[in-house]
Amino acid sequence: MGMTMTQKILAAHAGLDRVEAGQLIMAKLDMVLGNDITSPVAINEFEKAGFDSVFDKTKISLVMDHFVPNKDIKAAQQAKQSRMFADKYDILNFYDVGEMGVEHALLPEKGLVAAGDCVIGADSHTCTYGALGAFSTGVGSTDMAAGMATGQCWFKVPAAIRFELSGALSGHASGKDVILHIIGKIGVDGALYKSMEFGGPGLASLSMDDRLCMANMAIEAGAKNGIFEVDEITRAYMDGRTQHAYTVYAPDADAEYERVIEIDLSAVRPTVAFPHLPENARTIDEAAAADIAIDQVVIGSCTNGRLSDMAAAAAVLRGKKVAKRVRAIVIPATQQVYRDCIRLGYTDIFLDAGCVVSTPTCGPCLGGYMGVLAEGERCVSTTNRNFVGRMGHPTSEVYLASPAVAAASAVAGKIADPGKIAE
Amino acid sequence: MVQGKAHKYPDNVDTDVIIPARYLNTASHKELAAHCMEDIDKDFVKNVRPGDIIAAGWNFGCGSSREHAPIAIKESGVACVIAKSFARIFYRNAINIGLPIFECEAAGSAIENGDEVAVDYNTGVITNLTKHETYQAQPLPEFIQHIVDKGGLLKSLQ
Repeated sequence: MGMTMTQKILAAHAGLDRVEAGQLIMAKLDMVLGNDITSPVAINEFEKAGFDSVFDKTKISLVMDHFVPNKDIKAAQQAKQSRMFADKYDILNFYDVGEMGVEHALLPEKGLVAAGDCVIGADSHTCTYGALGAFSTGVGSTDMAAGMATGQCWFKVPAAIRFELSGALSGHASGKDVILHIIGKIGVDGALYKSMEFGGPGLASLSMDDRLCMANMAIEAGAKNGIFEVDEITRAYMDGRTQHAYTVYAPDADAEYERVIEIDLSAVRPTVAFPHLPENARTIDEAAAADIAIDQVVIGSCTNGRLSDMAAAAAVLRGKKVAKRVRAIVIPATQQVYRDCIRLGYTDIFLDAGCVVSTPTCGPCLGGYMGVLAEGERCVSTTNRNFVGRMGHPTSEVYLASPAVAAASAVAGKIADPGKIAE
Repeated sequence: MVQGKAHKYPDNVDTDVIIPARYLNTASHKELAAHCMEDIDKDFVKNVRPGDIIAAGWNFGCGSSREHAPIAIKESGVACVIAKSFARIFYRNAINIGLPIFECEAAGSAIENGDEVAVDYNTGVITNLTKHETYQAQPLPEFIQHIVDKGGLLKSLQ
């Protein structure tokens, strides 16, 4: 029996010819990531364990993005602790205010991760880099500490679910809609401990931003990782960008999959996940018919804060006004996306419509700051989680959607179909 | 062997309700424990006693990678967590910080809030003293048991 992409990458990094699902291995790491919330816990453990060096100062990324620019004194202390650690160990990829972006938008953009890499990050959405054909997974702070010290991590080799994509996206449907549709189909633990492997002829209609968004939310189906086959679109994105040589792995023709799920992209409608689980997916037709008035819209995050997300939101908001009593918060995910929004006129469109445009931060996605919800308030958000209390008060509600749906909802003041917002 | 009162929760308990992100501006174990389970059970912190256990359904600890979640549970005095299944990052984190966890579908179904439950760490036998039932948890793989025996990942590396 052959191996999946994930199994091939893990075998190569464990120095083995082959691995199989369920096998426990020790793998070499190409990148270890942390942010301003998870790094302090890792640094405390690193120091408590008595480590006095890192395995490779070029293969650690510390990104200050969650509560940065500092939201309060305690958050400032945490960022300061991370900064001091970065200085002490001369960590090259330390990104602070002025250079930072939302970590999972930033690392691919900077070319710090690439096809064939084995990456861990103390952030659950580290699975994003699977879009590039890397094995990349979220871990906790203790794993991060061990990874920084030894350059290795233990893994149980995952079984896989293959998603065979056909057709092409149409209308306002995007990668976000595809992944919400899939999570709605398989559930929030539908891929627990497994790889979600995406391939098939439908890949050709998915941009890198669509793929990054889809891999990003693999964790919302419980997956260990999401991974995409590498094609010309991936190579075009990586070439001239990646800072190291990359290796492309393709699944064996006889790779073993627990399930194969066929997805016809042309049938995917804009999709909204209702509170309080990402699996509560409904089509935009059902969602709009529910007539759900909203108080806030957030467009940004590691899921949907990239340039094509900003473009999709701007296309809907051009010449429109955000409804009265709706707060629309737009957060380009990196400095580069922010600059491109200005250059391309998107920022003017957002400001003219009555949106606020923020510097990159994860802030509102996890109820940190920059858009915390009050009791009973409702938000349409392009982020990735709609758990109880995720964006604020425990009685507030989060509806997950694409940038186009979020922008249309901002204009309508309720969940709305971007295809039906009047020109 | 530990014995304590069960605090029972449903499927898909996520890390945002175990420790809401508004409290993640600190790594202090005590401060995290003071808000443990706040958004799903606001009286948990008031009711929990050292040695109590948490019992739950499928996919316990789903969501964020925040190690603050098992830390808050451990620091609150909870001896162990029993669930039908665990989300994978929570599973790793619990093992890595030395919070005992037991995967057991029967126990996750049968145990009710307030039941008196005993857990034998060596055999994985869970005894419900209120209902006079026993359940057998899945044994940990040997490699992972070694980490637990050493008291967490970093100690196992030394």
